[in-house]
Amino acid sequence: MNPQFNARIKKAVVDKKLRRAVQVATDRLRIKKADAMTKIDMEEWRERGREIREHVVSHLDYYLAQLADNVRQRGGQVHFCMNANDAVQAIKNIVQTHHATKVIKSKSMVTEELQLNHALEQDGVDVVETDLGEYIIQLAGESPSHIIAPAIHKRREQIAELFSQVANQRIASDTPSLNDYAHQVLREKFIGADIGITGCNFAIAETGTICLFTNEGNGRMVTTLPDVHIAVMGMERVLPSLADLEVFMNVLPRSATGQQLTSYVSLVTGAREPEELDGSREFHLVILDNKRSHSLGDPDFQEVLHCIRCGACLNVCPVYRQIGGHAYGSVYSGPIGAVLTPLLRDDPEAADLPYASSLCGACYEACPVKIPLHDMLVKLRARNVERGHTAPAERFAFQLYKKTFTRAKNYRVAIRSLRTVQKWFMTNGEFHSSLPVLSAWTKTRSLQGMSSQTFRERFQKGLVIDQISTQISETAKRRGVDGSDS
Amino acid sequence: MQVSLFITCLVDTMFPQVAESLVHLLQRQGIKVNVPMSQTCCGQPAFNSGYFEEAREVAKTWLDAFADSEYIVTPSGSCGAMVTHDYPILFKGDLKRLALISKLAQRTYDWTQFFVDVLQIEDLHAQANLVATYHPSCHATRLLGVTDAPYRLMSQVRGLQLVDLPLADQCCGFGGTFAVKMPEISTAMATEKVMHIAETSAELLLGQDMGCLMNIAGRMNRMNTKIPVLHLAEFLDRASSGIPILSGERRV
Repeated sequence: MNPQFNARIKKAVVDKKLRRAVQVATDRLRIKKADAMTKIDMEEWRERGREIREHVVSHLDYYLAQLADNVRQRGGQVHFCMNANDAVQAIKNIVQTHHATKVIKSKSMVTEELQLNHALEQDGVDVVETDLGEYIIQLAGESPSHIIAPAIHKRREQIAELFSQVANQRIASDTPSLNDYAHQVLREKFIGADIGITGCNFAIAETGTICLFTNEGNGRMVTTLPDVHIAVMGMERVLPSLADLEVFMNVLPRSATGQQLTSYVSLVTGAREPEELDGSREFHLVILDNKRSHSLGDPDFQEVLHCIRCGACLNVCPVYRQIGGHAYGSVYSGPIGAVLTPLLRDDPEAADLPYASSLCGACYEACPVKIPLHDMLVKLRARNVERGHTAPAERFAFQLYKKTFTRAKNYRVAIRSLRTVQKWFMTNGEFHSSLPVLSAWTKTRSLQGMSSQTFRERFQKGLVIDQISTQISETAKRRGVDGSDS
Repeated sequence: MQVSLFITCLVDTMFPQVAESLVHLLQRQGIKVNVPMSQTCCGQPAFNSGYFEEAREVAKTWLDAFADSEYIVTPSGSCGAMVTHDYPILFKGDLKRLALISKLAQRTYDWTQFFVDVLQIEDLHAQANLVATYHPSCHATRLLGVTDAPYRLMSQVRGLQLVDLPLADQCCGFGGTFAVKMPEISTAMATEKVMHIAETSAELLLGQDMGCLMNIAGRMNRMNTKIPVLHLAEFLDRASSGIPILSGERRV
């Protein structure tokens, strides 16, 4: 296991405040979601969602070209970017062209991939996040720990403390006080901004429209107040038509926050037309690949591109629940992060993320587009084995496993031998807690030894006899009927 | 009707009484139970760890052992799901074996499904005057589709009061090799599960997979939470044959 990852996990599992915050928040989201699900036939919507995503990702070249054409026809500029550097450069160029010094943003995970705030700040640009959660973690100098609830790991008191420090006055920790403070600060930032940068929940190919789902209305301010709007999207975020959007307007909020509809669904189709009263005067769409295309055409992993970033898999993941998002050490956390990150980032630390799952399948069950995340986690582990990334001791152990379990005779011999020696490592019918390898279990959990006889030994010796069945069959015999085997 | 018992290696070596109870329950329905002696393990530990080549070789022994079985019944939903859900992934491209897998997957049942759906028997004439709670194992529920069968069997037990387990559908942290590869996370998950069990008024925890129950019971021992743990088959065997549920030698 990668030492950094291991250290982060060890730190997270003993952080009671973190775990409490994550558990309370995810429980609330799950309960709300369960309620929202009862109002529609979610299974039908999930299947429809899956079909649409499969279709669009299978024909991504066509739909991306259509999207770009339609954006350009409405006067927008499209920037196709191979990697994070290209995208950052494209955005910096726009900022420099306009001599912009003030940028406001609405929530966007893809810009986290670019580390865009940092890059712009290095050029002396003032960048402000306007989503409340994002604003909080920006002030704290952290990164989002959840796809849709970036500050999920923070408790209200911690937020009040943070705001008080920045404001240099005491801010109370109740929701209205926190909201009022953020509102007041951000309002000025909105008015003074030169450029607004947003993500993109979906881009509609047929119309060249960018769709934003927000709950605070900040997305609408970011796209209308500054003169320039830059939308950044991962290349897979396309939907063919507005009719398809209806499906996702139903499944995204329900899966994400348990809402029947997100408070603000904004559809932005190009810059302001001469007769229009609001909107930016210039519109840019940055479309990022950043190794997403590597999964295209890969039968094992293409489906990861179906993801609509709702965060439902994080909310039900029992591993995420215990360690929160930061322990993953990647932009995307939880089950989707453990699958997506090693596909986007080919390094040893990312390669270990798929082991952070008990393969319980809760993620698949929660996914609104039915991505088989639990299967993909196993396939990524298999990829590590194929690439020789696993520890020699582990490889040896599975060689031994294969030799033992491919023949019943070897299995019987192995069991008999282990049964003979196990008592040397046991006290009171339990393994010692300090044995090498086994201690990963026994340090925190008792482990009993193997039974003195296996089931098959007992069965072969005729010891597995049910008294009741025997009585029944003897009674039947006395009556002259064969009642045992039918 | 002949049933082939898919023992699973964990039950065979550590919890033989569970398979034994299952044999009893089947025999009481007049069913002839056959135990293919060439079975070893389904290959799941290697599969879940990504060692597909090793898993395949072990899985082949399973396929050989059960190739001609009429019904395959197992006390572990996880091992059952290995056959129905994971073998098709493992043998992708091997058309001959995929055909066999498809045939055998249709014949493979978690034992509660077998009783409720195939035999259409829910009442095992069991009696147990106690309060119990139930942990539904993830693979049985989510991958093998075992949902209401265990509850149907439990609802027929005279005197049994089943109380809800908070966040019952949340994984206990076992996950096979996950438990030793990620021991800190696994333990944190097990701890939470034990705390939820302790929150109930249950005198007994029932479950359907010995992997999960071994993990929960092991953690309970270290947390000094003394609630007995039983596999549902063993519980129903005892409860339907007059053996005291909470006394005698129990191994979990």
